[in-house]
Amino acid sequence: MDELMRREVLKIIESQGKAREALIPVLKAVQRVNPKQYIPQEVSQLVASTMGISESEVYEVVSFYAEFSEKPRARNVIRICDSTVCRVTHHRKTAELLEAALGIRVGEATEDGVFCLEYSPCFGACDVAPAIRINDRVYGNLDGEKLEEILQSYRR
Amino acid sequence: MKKEMALITENFLRYGPPDTAGYLEIGGFTGLEKALAGSPEELVRTIEASGLRGRGGAAYPTGKKMRQSAAYEGDTKYLICNADEGEPGTFKDRELLEKDPLGVLEGMVIAAHGVGATQGILYLREEYSHLLGLLEDSLAAMRQDGYLGRGILGGPLDFDITVFVGAGAYICGEGTSLIESIEGKPGRPRNKPPYTKAQGLFMKPTLVSNVETFSGITAIVRHGAEVFTGYGTPMSPGTKLISLCGNVNRPGTYEVPFGTTLEEIVMGIGEGVAGGRALKFVQIGGISGPLLPKEFLKMPLSYEAFEKEGLSIGSGAVLVVDETTDILDFLDAVAAFFKHESCGKCTPCREGNRQIMNILKRMREGVALPSDPENIQRIANTMKYASFCGLGKTAPTALLSAVRYCPEEIFTRRGL
Ligand SMILES: Cc1cc2nc3c(=O)[nH]c(=O)nc-3n(C[C@H](O)[C@H](O)[C@H](O)COP(=O)(O)O)c2cc1C
Ligand code: SF4
Ligand code: FES
Repeated sequence: MDELMRREVLKIIESQGKAREALIPVLKAVQRVNPKQYIPQEVSQLVASTMGISESEVYEVVSFYAEFSEKPRARNVIRICDSTVCRVTHHRKTAELLEAALGIRVGEATEDGVFCLEYSPCFGACDVAPAIRINDRVYGNLDGEKLEEILQSYRR
Repeated sequence: MKKEMALITENFLRYGPPDTAGYLEIGGFTGLEKALAGSPEELVRTIEASGLRGRGGAAYPTGKKMRQSAAYEGDTKYLICNADEGEPGTFKDRELLEKDPLGVLEGMVIAAHGVGATQGILYLREEYSHLLGLLEDSLAAMRQDGYLGRGILGGPLDFDITVFVGAGAYICGEGTSLIESIEGKPGRPRNKPPYTKAQGLFMKPTLVSNVETFSGITAIVRHGAEVFTGYGTPMSPGTKLISLCGNVNRPGTYEVPFGTTLEEIVMGIGEGVAGGRALKFVQIGGISGPLLPKEFLKMPLSYEAFEKEGLSIGSGAVLVVDETTDILDFLDAVAAFFKHESCGKCTPCREGNRQIMNILKRMREGVALPSDPENIQRIANTMKYASFCGLGKTAPTALLSAVRYCPEEIFTRRGL
């Protein structure tokens, strides 16, 4: 972890406070400032020692919640819902469109670190199934053209 | 035969949230004014008279819950709005938060008066964090206008609401897991007792209710219990929000009176199966609900009709599935979801989902063992009766309903 990241993490804890109930908001914020949208082990350790929580308790929270990743991802995380409603409305077709557009498979990241693709449980967009989520925005009822337009808006 | 209604959803598209002035113009906050003009006891009696039952899935009578909660004394009492809505196929709470956040929040303030709550928290699922800005703005507008904070509307009620955003875990919709999550821990369910209403968040008395329940409270207090009970059936008064989705022409959130049949919902409101294909089954109440083949379309959506079949309407999701889906593939998706979401605390759920997936895999590949049909049912029943919390208890519901209603689809056709 470089000095800049270290200071960023300390600043986040400073603003959220050190109470136990601040842990999840802190972890959200430290993941968000990471260009690869994940929480490296040394960041968890720094959060633990600064907040006065044991390392194992911090790891447990990081691994329990789906929002947190212990592995590097990408600047934009694309999630394809693979729960029941999206399955019966053929989520695989959307997955194939995305795989073709990005040249990667689900579970991988593009080389430039702009996008990664993962499956996700339902995020409550079943009315526009099959649905995807890019960071915290939801898109549904996609065709190839619409998808390309959306991806372009994240490439900048 | 369309039966759409607008009681709980009456404010939809009639004001632009968070605009409190627009909300006032269409009768917003009149429920709160009425409630504050009367005693907490009168309010609780109104909710009891309405017959409102919790909309989070368990259908516990809301008035009774408020009365129990009101009985606990203390200088801090929490009131939590459960906006975790993690049940696949369900998105009606999202619609309420998006299209009528002031109605939901008004319901929380009304309920706070009834039970003597001092602090409100809206637990928003991470997947809905795009709604955080709108909710924060709505709260700020209410504070500004005196509907939140100290001495609400010039009376003695002090109450404010904050939003806590979850981090992605279906189990956190369970009341005690949700509380653990707010406390900064992994969301594993707590042992009961102590019950949440006595010792919940930070061990203080706590009431947890669903988003739609709070919207219902607002509508009931605004219009009177008798308007609410004027709809529905005697045993299931009022209306219910339906999340209609899947292979259907018109997916969306709809409000219907209890007693509306599944056929009226799927074929009427939903305008039938997409692409003119044949219906295979509907799944009611989300991924933890039963699969019902087309013979059930005549069944009315009501607590009593479902209870008679040993079923539950859960969150009110109606997932339409057409003939192109193989039931075993569907059941595999269900089991995969629960395997992913099991918190790992108890063995029946942690191991059961895994074993069910193994057997389903053999069945899908046509290499099932002769003992598999019996084993899969034994495992499912163990989960249903021996799991620690509702997640494990309901994980095998879809499977058990398929065994009961269409065994030929899963056993006979596979030569078992
Ligand atoms: C695994 C599991 C998930 C649940 N998810 C939710 C949920 O997302 N939203 C909800 O309101 N209730 C959910 N519940 C039900 C809650 O435990 C609780 O009964 C409900 O929030 C109470 O509110 P109500 O009385 O208004 O229904 C869930 C229960 C279980 C066991
Ligand atoms: S049933 Fe057991 S393992 Fe499954 S979520 Fe509940 S407590 Fe956790
Ligand atoms: S099942 Fe895919 S968004 Fe709900």
